[in-house]
Amino acid sequence: MTNSQLIASTAPRVQARTLTEQEVHDIEHELTLYPDKRAVGLEALKIVQKHQGWVSDESLLAVANFLEMSAHELDGVATFFNLIFRQPVGRKVMLFCNSVSCYIMGCEQIKAHISERLGIDYGETTADGQFTLIPVPCLGDCDRAPVMLMDGEQQRNLSIEKINEILAESAERE
Amino acid sequence: MAKISVDGIEYDVNPENNLLQECLSQGLDLPYFCWHPCMGSVGACRQCAVKQYRNEEDKKGTIVMACMTPASDGSIISINDQQATDFRSHVIESLMISHPHDCPVCEEGGECHLQDMTQMSGHNYRRYDFKKVTHRNQNLGPFIGHEMNRCIACYRCVRFYNDYAGGEDLAALGSHHHVYFGRHEEGVLENEFSGNLAEVCPTGVFTDKTFSAHYTRKWDLQTAPSICAGCGVGCNTAPGERYGTLRRVVNRYHHDINGYFICDRGRFGYDANSSKQRVGKALYRHGQEAEFKPLSSLEAKRQFAAMTGGDVIGIGSPRATLESNIALRDRVGVENFYAGFSDAQFDCLQEVLKSLREPGLYCPDVRQIERSDCVLVVNEDITNTSARLALAIRQAGRNAATDLANEARIPLWQDAAVRELAQNTRSPLIIVSPQGSRLDDVASATHLLQLDNQIHLLQAVAHAIDPDALKPTASNEVDEALSSSIAAQLCQAKNPCLVSGISAESPALVKACVNVAKALRAYRKHNSAEQNPVALCFAMPEANSLGMALLLETGGKPLRAALQRLASGSADAAIVMENDLSLRTSQTALAEAMAGGVPLIVMDQLHNRFNEQAQLLLPSSSVFEQHGTWINYEGRAQSSYQVFRPSEDILASYERLSALDPMQECGVSSELIMQEFARANDAFSALTQLRPPRVGISASLKSPRQSHRFSGRTAMHAQDHVHESQQEQDRASALAFSMEGVMLQKDSSLMASPWSPAWNSNQSISKFQQEINGELQQGSKGELLCVRQSTETAYDAISAKRDEKLTCFIISQLFGSDEISANAPAIQARSLGPYACIGQELALACGIRQHGLVDITTQTGRVQLPVIIRRQIAPNCIGIYPANEVDKYALLLGEITLQAVPDEDSHIASSRAMFDHLLIKDALAREA
Ligand code: SF4
Ligand code: SF4
Ligand code: FES
Repeated sequence: MTNSQLIASTAPRVQARTLTEQEVHDIEHELTLYPDKRAVGLEALKIVQKHQGWVSDESLLAVANFLEMSAHELDGVATFFNLIFRQPVGRKVMLFCNSVSCYIMGCEQIKAHISERLGIDYGETTADGQFTLIPVPCLGDCDRAPVMLMDGEQQRNLSIEKINEILAESAERE
Repeated sequence: MAKISVDGIEYDVNPENNLLQECLSQGLDLPYFCWHPCMGSVGACRQCAVKQYRNEEDKKGTIVMACMTPASDGSIISINDQQATDFRSHVIESLMISHPHDCPVCEEGGECHLQDMTQMSGHNYRRYDFKKVTHRNQNLGPFIGHEMNRCIACYRCVRFYNDYAGGEDLAALGSHHHVYFGRHEEGVLENEFSGNLAEVCPTGVFTDKTFSAHYTRKWDLQTAPSICAGCGVGCNTAPGERYGTLRRVVNRYHHDINGYFICDRGRFGYDANSSKQRVGKALYRHGQEAEFKPLSSLEAKRQFAAMTGGDVIGIGSPRATLESNIALRDRVGVENFYAGFSDAQFDCLQEVLKSLREPGLYCPDVRQIERSDCVLVVNEDITNTSARLALAIRQAGRNAATDLANEARIPLWQDAAVRELAQNTRSPLIIVSPQGSRLDDVASATHLLQLDNQIHLLQAVAHAIDPDALKPTASNEVDEALSSSIAAQLCQAKNPCLVSGISAESPALVKACVNVAKALRAYRKHNSAEQNPVALCFAMPEANSLGMALLLETGGKPLRAALQRLASGSADAAIVMENDLSLRTSQTALAEAMAGGVPLIVMDQLHNRFNEQAQLLLPSSSVFEQHGTWINYEGRAQSSYQVFRPSEDILASYERLSALDPMQECGVSSELIMQEFARANDAFSALTQLRPPRVGISASLKSPRQSHRFSGRTAMHAQDHVHESQQEQDRASALAFSMEGVMLQKDSSLMASPWSPAWNSNQSISKFQQEINGELQQGSKGELLCVRQSTETAYDAISAKRDEKLTCFIISQLFGSDEISANAPAIQARSLGPYACIGQELALACGIRQHGLVDITTQTGRVQLPVIIRRQIAPNCIGIYPANEVDKYALLLGEITLQAVPDEDSHIASSRAMFDHLLIKDALAREA
């Protein structure tokens, strides 16, 4: 490899996008609550994710520039948290608990049913971009296990029928 | 002192430290990963577990992490306790779960801390036979290789790179079993100290890419203690050679200078040694126009003798060894010996030498800079000229954190806690400079001023500290507020430290810095509880800048005198030794000198523009191929030893110069030259103690340059002849080109590469230190040559003028400004062609656009350069990076004018591509 090829091969590939007005507004509000710009990193990522659905490299750079911090450090924060999505997810993200109480209450069969109906496994998104299925350790609702969190709503006492209902309902709303 | 008991044996320890550090100081073996002697503890790896007992009665004990537990008086611990031992072997087993089984193809193998610790912890069989986590590696640029699968997640890399060295482009990404250490996207690791990752990482994740390209196991390398010739800091290094080529350079611990870390110029510049530019054979031509013809080594010696019979002048070099400069002077005579640096540098160095002898001041070593609680950096872009000092200045900022931690009674080795406590609290670092620099992120203030205004400001600061210091005449309001605030910070500090340099080639600047130091000295005498001397140092551009200046004090003249003689043709021949004169004076002056027609003999390592004009060009040894003495910015003389013998055509300059009879095999040894010189010159008498006696250190046996398991000795020349060749003899030092002799166990007087039973990695250095982070046992620290005088001198008068006209300052780059390292391929991959920097106002006034071209007219010519427009640049200034191509002396002389060159897409695109690689954070975006 020649030197210029080497340099070219490691040159930055992505450019920051411009943050939307709403994003800037929301992040600026958070800034008033913390003594240090870098401290807003996580909140800013959540804001971007709220508006964009996930955090692309372009968004990551935009936030890093806005907060005057290193994109590498910010990516360290972003990738530390499972629920900051660094790749595109479906319009609905199913956070499905597979921890011990839900396991005792038979979450495995329910997961198998979801996988069969939607054709996706953990960490995957349906081809139509509708659903993403992600396992989580506990949703704090063990007395009503099995549970999952979808669209900000806790779905309790899950059964195969209930899953069918939920899927039918979201198909209707589409 | 405290007493602790370890496995029933009592030790006297320092209670300020943690148990791990103290156990290691006592020479005990206790495994660890995340703790680092100079970065403290974070308790991340759990490998250093020991059993601690509450008292004599406590027979059960608890497992604690030695690195997180203070070595308080009366502590009772056990390393050998069964539970602790089991614990450690389980920890290593889990750290190793996903570690590949690839030692045979891993560059770390044979000097791997992970291998050593695995052995030490007794994890001999791997039981985990499930799927391992695998990662994708990144291309991190020309210096550092990346093999993430080998990571054990000790976090040392990010702690060094980000917390210690101020890097921003490495992060711990992800979490739990798939945590990843890399950049958020592939790309060049930007920090100037990235090479240390290869030594800090206890496994083979980060490795030296240039070494991998011609890899050899540590035990097969021939090494000798060496000194980095990249700048004037004088970092200690251990270069390694195999099959006649240099393979790598690693850090060699020096308590006062580089400690555990060197910069990337020093580490990756070595490859210039085998570059295409190397002068490998003597070359000769009749008359100027003729082609060079190669000479055999004997013909070269004869030709040299024939040409140097008459009246010969000699021009020395600040990048050659002291011995070579002495030998040149001896050969041509004192009256014919001339300085190898510019006249302005000559004047600067005289001032620097005066400051090194001034009582009440001291020249801080690197450690002492780290301890300063207020640093003032003037003009010098220290990261790009003496990088190791910049790393020390960065640490100095942490002294405020030290105070906070002491108040909160947090031990200083609690690294994460102390950093958490301090957040952004830093000791003051004031930078006065024409441009933004890589230290700005830790600076309390950066004042952007052009040179004359800096000098003016310094005068005002001196006056504000001590009214006896002359007040600058044209002072105004702004200056006064600024100068008194800087003065106040310096006066308040316990250990203020002034750092500048001679890159600007301004004697007035040097004097102005000395004046501030003298003012502080006066202030502290009368008004302060702090009576200790004031720290003042000047970065030196080359490894022997100060050595040459000291030598000239005992005889020799400035360069202009040589150029005059050359121009008038009043010599029979001129010897220019290891010096590219086109970098020392303006092209016009040089051309005039050359026009005198004096036959030119040049000795050098690499081809350059200047030595193309020679009649006789002789190949010289590099720092790695000869013994030599180097005098660093403190005036500390240090020895470097020959690592390997180059081909017979290449000779050290002093060997060539001291051999009067061409038939003689080689000249006088460096040692003899040095001894004679030291005896004849009182100021250098300390040099007689510099090296251990050559007879050998024990029972007249020499010490080996090769390890006891060096392989292939009888086979490595088999392609040439089947007989076992005779080992090379080293008649000039106590080292042997052999694996035989007395291994330096616990003795560091000649140690290049530390090794101790069970400790194959560089961590074995602890076995050679008197205590962790302490001095080396029998280590050779070098000799300080400048003695402080007893009487104080008065302030120097400087005509301080304020200047508003357009001026030019010269930019230095760590990768590219040093002539020799600039020829190493890896350094070339990081260096740039010449460019100019200007501020927004000037750009608007001249109609220059970002990444466009500017035409610069000087009194003697003009040059077109691509431009980068920056925020952080003093008004009315243009910064120029000459890349050893543009004539900087023409730029510095007299007036310059700027003119925009109409934009053309092609040059915009090419200069943008170039600037993409320039790590200037304050460049303005190019408008659409
Ligand atoms: S890359 Fe090396 S230094 Fe960094 S965490 Fe992994 S093993 Fe430790
Ligand atoms: S170039 Fe200077 S700072 Fe860097 S390793 Fe060499 S001597 Fe040290
Ligand atoms: S060295 Fe003590 S926990 Fe890592």
